[in-house]
Amino acid sequence: MEKNEKTTSDQSAEISKTPQKETPAPKPKKDPRDRLYKPKGRPLTMSSSPYSQTKDNVPKIMWCVSLALTPAVIGAVVFFGWKAVFMISTSILAAMVTELVITRIRRQPDTLDDGSAFLTGLLLALTLPPTFPVSGCVLGSVFAIAIGKQIFGGLGCNIFNPALLGRAFLQASFPVKMTTWVLPRYADMNAYTGATSLDTITGATPLGLLKYEKIFTHIKPLFIGNVGGSLGETSALALLAGGIFLLILRHADWRIPVGFLGSVAVFGGIFWMVDPAIYPSPLFHLLSGGLLLGAFFMATDMVTSPITIKGTWIYSIGAGLILVIIRLFGGLPEGVMYSILLMNGLTPLINRFTRPKFFGEARA
Amino acid sequence: MKLRTFKKGIHLAEYKEFSHDKKIEQMPLPEQVYIPLQQHIGAPCEPLVKKGDTVKTGQVIGRSSAYVSAPVHASITGVVKAVDKFPHPLGMRVEMVHIERTGDEDDWELLSIPENWEKAPRVELIKLINEAGIVGMGGAAFPTHVKLNPPGDKKIDSFILNGVECEPYLTSDHRLMVEYTDQILAGMNIIMSLLNVENGYIGIEDNKPDAIEMMSKRVKDLGYSFQVVPLEVKYPQGAEKMLIESVLHRKVPAGGLPMDVGVVVNNVATAKAVADAVLEGKPLVERVTTVTGDGIIHPKNLLTRIGTPFNDLVEFCGGVKDETTIVFMGGPMMGQAQYDLSVPVIKAAGGIVCNTSKMITMVEHFPCIRCGACVDACPMYLLPTKLAKLTEHKKYEEAEKLGIQNCIECGSCAFSCPAHIPLVQWLRVGKMRVSELKRKQKAS
Repeated sequence: MEKNEKTTSDQSAEISKTPQKETPAPKPKKDPRDRLYKPKGRPLTMSSSPYSQTKDNVPKIMWCVSLALTPAVIGAVVFFGWKAVFMISTSILAAMVTELVITRIRRQPDTLDDGSAFLTGLLLALTLPPTFPVSGCVLGSVFAIAIGKQIFGGLGCNIFNPALLGRAFLQASFPVKMTTWVLPRYADMNAYTGATSLDTITGATPLGLLKYEKIFTHIKPLFIGNVGGSLGETSALALLAGGIFLLILRHADWRIPVGFLGSVAVFGGIFWMVDPAIYPSPLFHLLSGGLLLGAFFMATDMVTSPITIKGTWIYSIGAGLILVIIRLFGGLPEGVMYSILLMNGLTPLINRFTRPKFFGEARA
Repeated sequence: MKLRTFKKGIHLAEYKEFSHDKKIEQMPLPEQVYIPLQQHIGAPCEPLVKKGDTVKTGQVIGRSSAYVSAPVHASITGVVKAVDKFPHPLGMRVEMVHIERTGDEDDWELLSIPENWEKAPRVELIKLINEAGIVGMGGAAFPTHVKLNPPGDKKIDSFILNGVECEPYLTSDHRLMVEYTDQILAGMNIIMSLLNVENGYIGIEDNKPDAIEMMSKRVKDLGYSFQVVPLEVKYPQGAEKMLIESVLHRKVPAGGLPMDVGVVVNNVATAKAVADAVLEGKPLVERVTTVTGDGIIHPKNLLTRIGTPFNDLVEFCGGVKDETTIVFMGGPMMGQAQYDLSVPVIKAAGGIVCNTSKMITMVEHFPCIRCGACVDACPMYLLPTKLAKLTEHKKYEEAEKLGIQNCIECGSCAFSCPAHIPLVQWLRVGKMRVSELKRKQKAS
């Protein structure tokens, strides 16, 4: 059995290489099956069925998610300048170096090309404030990969979303730096908040404005992204474009953004109907803060979300409920990170209790 | 019109275009045949012939006294060269009767059949079907006479003829339905009267419009009351439990059999074999096998004698291309890879597929990222990734609790896994180990 698998992977390695560059002809190997019949003296592949597989694979999924974040990266550069590029690339580089070093220490095969470390670095950078020091980005990335992922055994074994865990670490370590905001380059304050004095609102996010100043931001700048906030979270337009791209490719479970955003809209909407003067509208909830980034790119992380359909609904609706509670009643203006991390922690339990009935199973 | 179907499952590339419009061709009589003494689920047969005996086509050469078994017949007229172990397409070496053809004559030894089967006693007909060595020809090879004789406490009210053929590449059932329509319907009629049921359904996947049309037309012409049911093209539509759900919206209980919900299912090739046996007295010595794949020069549907070596069929189809890297019996989802093409065609061999490396996408596998694709695909509502992991860690008891024995090994999970983890392969191991464990517990 082992021998067969080896042959298969050897062959496939040859196959996958050929389109890129011409490799010299592989050395003929001695195969015990050579004495048997085979077309023109080549051994037939032996393996257990099925003999065909989906064209999807893990690296493809990871790189597609990264690709889907391109609009958000462009948005970050447009609104916060070239420092965004610097932060993002440093963060990615730090994540990849950490991954490489730790896999070497663990004597595991290199996993850089599966794209997961790249994605973690990218996601982490997009959740950081534009003023955050670059050295902090490195620290966050190292933590995200080392403690968030590799310590559990690498890709597929982690309980929490590594990027969010990295961010939580930074938030706990540098609370002031993590909540120091700047306005985007093209911000026209009067036009979008209706506030008269620029000083009162300089450098705050729409959610912060709401929490501490009771100022409502208009919807249009929220949608375009011309507001204060983390690098990649401000532009709803860019995030929606990337998110829909992911859903079309089916590299994200549609139930998660639908459940997450839907429950935020419903629970937020209930409070809004109670008193629209205090509580923001559901649309404001949806477009502000890191919700879209979280709902499309972080909550949908396959590793840390449930595998059952029922479980996925519980997970996404639960995250929405927690988010609304934190935003409206918690000490922090924003709660996407904690709502997702909390539901990540519950995922093993959710999986356990939402096992589907077997076909034809009688269960009360 | 919305097509009937079951929940979950996967959509596959069909690759039926290689052979779906190729008329069934009669293979010339083979020089040698190797007839395995076990081609069915149940007790293996004892050989009734020895080296040097002359045998006629259709002569019984092996039988067992067990109830769940089916006799095997010589498929050509000739001399027994050996009764020995030879490679079997399902792996391992199995006892087979090696017959060499003498001359060109093809002397048949037919079964004695009643003049009018409708008046013959039921027991006699079921015995005749057993004598003809008929087994389920869709792949499982369960002896048909056992299926047609359900225990008295099971009330059977419906019969479904399985013309789904959901495996990619295979077209033998498709061609049978188009070219041997009347025989199939006659066989279905016999089976239904043996089961004493009124409701007959013919399930055919929607990708075979000519078969649906032909079957509907002949059902009408011949005045049968059967209902042709077009089904959505989805894998594994042809699995017994899925087919019953699709056609009748009944769910076979976990661990149960179709008869528990009052249904019997048979394959179209089996129905034709029943008609051949009851109407003409011909035992099961030949079947239609598709020889296809992108590695075959001229893909064909062949009417071939049981026991013909794969080599003969492949050569008759013009041979294989040099780039051929894999040959399997059956479809790509549940078939068996072959290392030696001297193995014979058995009763359950629906096809021989020869593929080049272009058609197989086997790559290194990644760690499970818990995406849930296997859970979405599993038509039996299992958690394949979890069960595979439990098997890997030898936690068989927990795997059993999570329903590993319900797995029908359709391969949907392994197909859909983006990490290319051999899920169904692990599940097969797990099922085997759980059965062993149970047997041990019973023994002690």
